[in-house]
Amino acid sequence: MNVTRRKFIQITGASAAGLAVSGLGFDLTPIKSHAQMLKTKYAKETTTICCYCAVGCGAIVHTSKKGDGRVINIEGDPDHVINRGALCSKGSSISQLTENENRLVEPMYRAPYAKEWKKVSWDWALSEIAKRVKKTRDASFKHKNARGQVVNRTNGIASVGSAAIDNEECWIYQALMRSLGLVYVEHQARQCHSSTVAALAESFGRGAMTNHWIDIKNSDCILIMGGNPAENHPISFKYVTEAQRNGAKVISVDPRFTRTSSKADIYAHIRSGTDIALLGGMIKYILDNRLYHKEYVANYTNAGFIVGKDFKFKDGLFSGYDAKNRKYNKKKWAFEMDSKGVPKMDRSLKNSRCVLNLLKKHYSRYNTKLVSKITGTPEADLLKIYKTYAATGGSGKAGTEMYAMGWTQHTVGVQNIRTMAMIQLLLGNMGVAGGGINAMRGESNVQGSTDHCLLWHIWPGYLKTPRASNVSLAAYNKKWTPKSNDPLSANWWQNYPKYSVSLLKSFFGEKATKANDFGYDWLPKVDDGTDYSWLTLFDEMYKGNFKGFFAWGQNPACSGANSNKTRKAMANLDWMVNVNIFDNETGSFWKGPEMNSSTIKTEVFMLPACVSVEKEGSITNSGRWMQWRYQGPKPLGNSLSDGDIIMRLGDKIKEVYKEGGAFPEPIVNLKWDYITNDEYDPHKVAKEINGYFQKDVTIKGKLYKKGTLVPSFGYLQADGSTSSANWLYCNSYTEKGNMAARRGQKDAPNKIGLYPEFSWCWPVNRRIIYNRASVDLKGQPWDKKDWVIRFAGEARNGKYVSKKWIGDVPDGGWYPLQNPDGTKRKDAKHPFIMRKHGHGQIFGPGRADGPFPEHYEPLECPVENNLMNKQRMNPAAHVYTTDADPYATNDPKFPIVGTTYRLTEHWQTGLMTRPQPWLLELQPQMFVEISEELGREKGIKNAERVMVSSIRGSVECTAIVTKRFKPFKIAGKTVHHVGMPWCFGWRWPVSGTEESANLLTPSIGDANTRIPETKAFMVNVTKK
Amino acid sequence: MSKSFFIDTTICTACRGCQVACKQWHDLPAEKTKNRGTYENPADLSFITYKVVRMREQVIGGKLNWLFFPEQCRHCIEAPCLETAGDPGAIYRDEKTGAIIFTANTKRLNADEIIEACPYNIPRKAPDGTLAKCDMCLDRLENGLVPACVQTCPTGAMNFGDRDEMLALARKRLGEVKKKNPKAMLIDEDTVNVVYLVAYEPDLYCANAMASNIDFNITRQVALKRMLRPLTNITSRLL
Repeated sequence: MNVTRRKFIQITGASAAGLAVSGLGFDLTPIKSHAQMLKTKYAKETTTICCYCAVGCGAIVHTSKKGDGRVINIEGDPDHVINRGALCSKGSSISQLTENENRLVEPMYRAPYAKEWKKVSWDWALSEIAKRVKKTRDASFKHKNARGQVVNRTNGIASVGSAAIDNEECWIYQALMRSLGLVYVEHQARQCHSSTVAALAESFGRGAMTNHWIDIKNSDCILIMGGNPAENHPISFKYVTEAQRNGAKVISVDPRFTRTSSKADIYAHIRSGTDIALLGGMIKYILDNRLYHKEYVANYTNAGFIVGKDFKFKDGLFSGYDAKNRKYNKKKWAFEMDSKGVPKMDRSLKNSRCVLNLLKKHYSRYNTKLVSKITGTPEADLLKIYKTYAATGGSGKAGTEMYAMGWTQHTVGVQNIRTMAMIQLLLGNMGVAGGGINAMRGESNVQGSTDHCLLWHIWPGYLKTPRASNVSLAAYNKKWTPKSNDPLSANWWQNYPKYSVSLLKSFFGEKATKANDFGYDWLPKVDDGTDYSWLTLFDEMYKGNFKGFFAWGQNPACSGANSNKTRKAMANLDWMVNVNIFDNETGSFWKGPEMNSSTIKTEVFMLPACVSVEKEGSITNSGRWMQWRYQGPKPLGNSLSDGDIIMRLGDKIKEVYKEGGAFPEPIVNLKWDYITNDEYDPHKVAKEINGYFQKDVTIKGKLYKKGTLVPSFGYLQADGSTSSANWLYCNSYTEKGNMAARRGQKDAPNKIGLYPEFSWCWPVNRRIIYNRASVDLKGQPWDKKDWVIRFAGEARNGKYVSKKWIGDVPDGGWYPLQNPDGTKRKDAKHPFIMRKHGHGQIFGPGRADGPFPEHYEPLECPVENNLMNKQRMNPAAHVYTTDADPYATNDPKFPIVGTTYRLTEHWQTGLMTRPQPWLLELQPQMFVEISEELGREKGIKNAERVMVSSIRGSVECTAIVTKRFKPFKIAGKTVHHVGMPWCFGWRWPVSGTEESANLLTPSIGDANTRIPETKAFMVNVTKK
Repeated sequence: MSKSFFIDTTICTACRGCQVACKQWHDLPAEKTKNRGTYENPADLSFITYKVVRMREQVIGGKLNWLFFPEQCRHCIEAPCLETAGDPGAIYRDEKTGAIIFTANTKRLNADEIIEACPYNIPRKAPDGTLAKCDMCLDRLENGLVPACVQTCPTGAMNFGDRDEMLALARKRLGEVKKKNPKAMLIDEDTVNVVYLVAYEPDLYCANAMASNIDFNITRQVALKRMLRPLTNITSRLL
């Protein structure tokens, strides 16, 4: 007979059970089932925060107390309020990251022209590095620039790194580099979210994710465009799922149907690099249908500001364009000022030159038909998205946006994000629970490394790197302290000198005195109008303009755009220091494909860093939460924490400068006492970051003793009586203790998931920034249910008479703009306190490429003309011109649009995931995803190996022929689109056949921050 | 009261935290894999892989879906593997939890017969014939923890608890999901302790999502032999 499996269960199950229990009358249960011992029972338990993306999930590390003292288990921490025990595939593999036979455990040295590494001692390696630093620095040190201005810098050494190290390590690292006079100081943040900072700061005042992960659950509509959180920030989907189950709509807009799209209510595809067209269409839809939040827009944004008559827009160009220098004169876009120097406003929004009416005019061209022709998104899908998202303009409704590199890495990166910022202002979605712009940071501490400003243009706390023209501390403070004449504008940056002087006190301690301008001259100055960012750095290296290079916790040979150029550039160095957990494509570049080591002179020092669970310190997640991690096992082998390596290197360099050298003052005077018992002490740095009183000071009638920690940045002074290595973090480590280490489980009274006693977040533990815009003019929340703050001061005769806010820490504790009776208050402030004029900026006159975003095509695109205007590409974007920078636009040899992305299973270049067998098991090989239509056209079958090429390079890939990519109809013609992950490199897996997608991408920068355009470029796919 | 999993595939994002957490907790080595033209990997369950998230692209009603299905042992209430083996030293049911546990003694069983007996095609053998599959993280359960795959799940797709609670949760979710997907169903919920909620026909998710109704050729004799073997095994041991 034929028996089905289903039936078979019934037969065997019923009969056997019958026999067992009743038939024989004895028990069939196992002979014994003793309680098994848990493998973690006798282990030391420490908490940590995951070292991969910036969701900031908590994990528990179990370290054996006996024997080797190594990790036996790492799993999600159920008491962590963000992840509640959950970890994705990467987070679940941290034990294998730690206990990994591929780890570097000894310092290594590669001599000039050598073919192999040589094991060396720490002492030898650090002494030799210090000697080379001194030699290069002394030879290249410049006291004055060509214009005769004091600059005190070296252009001979560059540094990249690192978002992978702790906050405290970031701070001492930048201090050491800056004391040496380096100006080429860059790291991951340039490439991932530099455009975010520039866009959000211009729009709202600060550059960070505005809300936080848990808050996503409060949303009514989640637009996911330019990001793929289900794959790249997997635990964030906990809150997307929760919102959706509570009725929120989830919209996914992506060139490719992703794991995020699989969970969305609405999915639409879009050609890479056309987001402004799509979002511009949404602005038009909102304005045409009057769906904006009128009261919010009129009172909290600059919609009513009157723009000067010089502002014009024609044929894709704003007024003030200088074609020769590809630059705008931004003065042409200024607001009209009244006699007191306050912008003229028409809050009725009727004036024809007010921002709202200029906005209407600008986006009147963005009709759905034209948008669809450019983006390839069907018109019906556009309308569905516009209608669904615009519904959040209603009072009490909140819409949020989740994005990452899909928006940032474009020649219009800043303007992509600006467009969304403007939409959020129009819909009144800023400051509210479930609203905001959730810029998803991708590295565990990239928020912290950005805050501590391992970037050429900013100093810790987003202070400016001094320009050569800022000839004294006074001139510097004057230049960068904004002035507002509006008594209702808080203009928070008016406190700038307090923060800059406190920072200098942290750099140089007691050596920083009023008499020497607190050591201002000791720190390097950059030339006015010159760029020193990532792409420029490698351009200069390619041209042979550096001798020395630090690649600290970074893998630029795979992470940077146009990796062939980067790899060749490194062969022009005299020496390189590479600090990492694993051998990698950067440190071993001289061994890589198409390299002949016998012709490469570069000396390389490879220093083994320990992994995150082997050290102590803090990291800051995407939602600005600073979280403390503890040490589980000790560093493996001879590896050391980055903190120890930095401190020891600093000691060695200080030692060689005792005998003199070029301008030794900053090195010798650098405060460098973050050591306890001969080891790096993260607590000492964390306290310095917070800041100390430098003498007994009385503030607001209270005495603060010298040597005690400053309670918050409101107490910082410009006279040298306080130090604070980063004013934004002042309040994080106070006399009350280490705020970042807090584990309180209690929610705030508004019950929206703020968890104010869990960890600490900047600024001053405010969990949702711009929250003053979440209330109406009388201080009462727009959303009565999911409110963020509310004014609870006493009212008498229709007037508020006492000040009290409840809920989140308010964005400034002033009175509301109006009393309960509707009368205006003079002691109130506009809600966007970090903007000079206190208003959210729909019109952003501070950006390099225009006050309103405009659609331009990527450098490489599949069309001959921009259908929106007469400029094909961003007229202010920067094009590099070496022989390694070719590009091919609308070229039949490269007819396919290419993009890159990350995977859940690997992280960034893959350097912290490719050496792990568990993760390689899940995603073992480089691949390209292509549509079934393209597969048919090219005769490419699923799983076949193919070549993907751009004009700059080619990569062998496994073809995934999928329904998840579809051809686009662009301006009437069919355009194919493919995508690749960028998480591979030749070093791991050891086959050496899997390479980085960045071999294909162009080194061209956004007009504002020069973030590379790695998300839209042109390729071809061919059979191998 | 036995324990059950409720696996809500409608909110699974295929982050595959469960797949790795399972290996992490059980100290299982990785498999050498190749990209097979899909994200899904390893290709199958194995002696060292107790859990594989199946990822299938399906066009349903003209709309593209990417269906995810974390495949694992169902811990059947009446488990054919256990009955076929008839050897409580090799395969037994943990009475407190209902977990079906394979021990090292599975080496003495006819592995292919056990695999054949499973309606979900779950058990896998090592080269020496020892069998392995999901053990419900019994060691964790006995110490008050939930299975590793459940703890690590971000969205709530993986749930674990007392059987009646899990069934209640499953039925509640089924009601919600049915509003949008009328074909949604719970798979074999009366016969297994791992209850899946799917939004569409189970065979769109993976080959053995549901106890197979496909004929497989065994003779009446074999069927009878299998039905009787528990008795013979026990008898032989008693004697």
